[in-house]
Amino acid sequence: MSESTVDEHGMTRRQLMRHTAWFGAAVVLTVAGGEVISHISSGPADAAAPDPFADPHALRFVQVSDSHIGFKGTANTAVEQSFTHAVNQVNALPFRPDFVMHTGDLTHLSTPAQFDQVKQMMSHLNTAQTLTVPGEHDSVDDAGQKYRAAFGAGTAGDGWYSFDLKGVHFLALVNTLSLEKLGHLGADQLEFIRKDVAKLSSDTPIVVFSHIPLFAMYPAWGWGTDDAVQALSYLRRFSSVTCLNGHVHQLFTKTEGNITFHSATTTAYPLPKPGAAPAPTPVTLPAGKLADALGIREVAYRPGNPGLAVKDVKLA
Amino acid sequence: MRKPRGIWEIAVVGLAAVALAACSPAQSSTAPSSMPGMDMPSSSQSAPDAPVATNTVSIKNFAFAPTTITVKVGTTVTWTNSDQDPHTVTSDGKSGPLNSKPLNQGDTYQYTFTQAGTFSYLCTIHPFMTATVTVTP
Repeated sequence: MSESTVDEHGMTRRQLMRHTAWFGAAVVLTVAGGEVISHISSGPADAAAPDPFADPHALRFVQVSDSHIGFKGTANTAVEQSFTHAVNQVNALPFRPDFVMHTGDLTHLSTPAQFDQVKQMMSHLNTAQTLTVPGEHDSVDDAGQKYRAAFGAGTAGDGWYSFDLKGVHFLALVNTLSLEKLGHLGADQLEFIRKDVAKLSSDTPIVVFSHIPLFAMYPAWGWGTDDAVQALSYLRRFSSVTCLNGHVHQLFTKTEGNITFHSATTTAYPLPKPGAAPAPTPVTLPAGKLADALGIREVAYRPGNPGLAVKDVKLA
Repeated sequence: MRKPRGIWEIAVVGLAAVALAACSPAQSSTAPSSMPGMDMPSSSQSAPDAPVATNTVSIKNFAFAPTTITVKVGTTVTWTNSDQDPHTVTSDGKSGPLNSKPLNQGDTYQYTFTQAGTFSYLCTIHPFMTATVTVTP
């Protein structure tokens, strides 16, 4: 990726922030055809507010999801190449992310070779830390053992963990191992969440990562988590909760009270919109349209602001 | 590569308006009022098919068929994957007798049920694929 491309991205980002200001709603979906897809949920619109993505003191991280390394099919005949593009796009950002979170389905079939390959590819990310949560494709035959061997260092239970960074508390959850059609957290993890947040003051911004959505996006296809209500009950007292998930291979945003959910897109292949097909199976788009469906997500938070800025960017 | 700034701004405003209009029906259609928030029962969303007395299950078009079968204790059930995509036959949750490797096209998996009961299972690769075996004494 050339230097001029980097400059261009920087320019469009600033322009985007200006253009989103006049929408003025808490959650705004802005789609610009060629280049940028964006949600901004940074609370009260303030045209004078500086761009958090340009503030070196802000928390800035990137979410990538559903790379499905090892997938073979017409929906994307080169998922490895697409994920490499995503890594390059992260590395070309005008800021170095505090971390890059991959929200699962790193691999397609959990083979040792696929885990090796995706780990190798992620090692090229220019970031302080690379984090993951597992998808169901990362545990197809071993309840996540190979996943934890590759990515589970320092985690509790079946691979969940939490951490604090620049005033934000993060939870990284595992809801793909005890599958009962819907995602499932389980009693041990629910207890972990309850204890983990008990000590926090209610004005601490909370960000929750999971592979499967924690809201009922489309239960008939398993796009929900059967015991998420219990987990979210522990988060109701916080003024700002942002849940970021993958799994559904498409952008979707929903707000319920203090909690905003953002489903991310994929770097691999699109899935149908809920109910638009007999089953959520890979969609083969017309030639040249695939890149429009793929992307990465940038997230920023400035201390003192009520919420996070969430921006979805198409794969270049 | 750098585009004139003025053209880009016009493009952003125009496309944003189009996209917002295009997005609103999709948003409402994916949040039907019959799905109240996150209050989801863990039971199946659709009525199960009538049970079929058979010891073979085909995996085709991302579904187990028949969805519900009944067998007597001691019966060996065989699953065959006809799809190009791999699938598994795996008991719900963490425990349960069914635990196949990923089945490629044409692969089969067999399990002999030695205890009566109802055994629900899914494909761990595509967990929306769910089915049940009822084993009678």
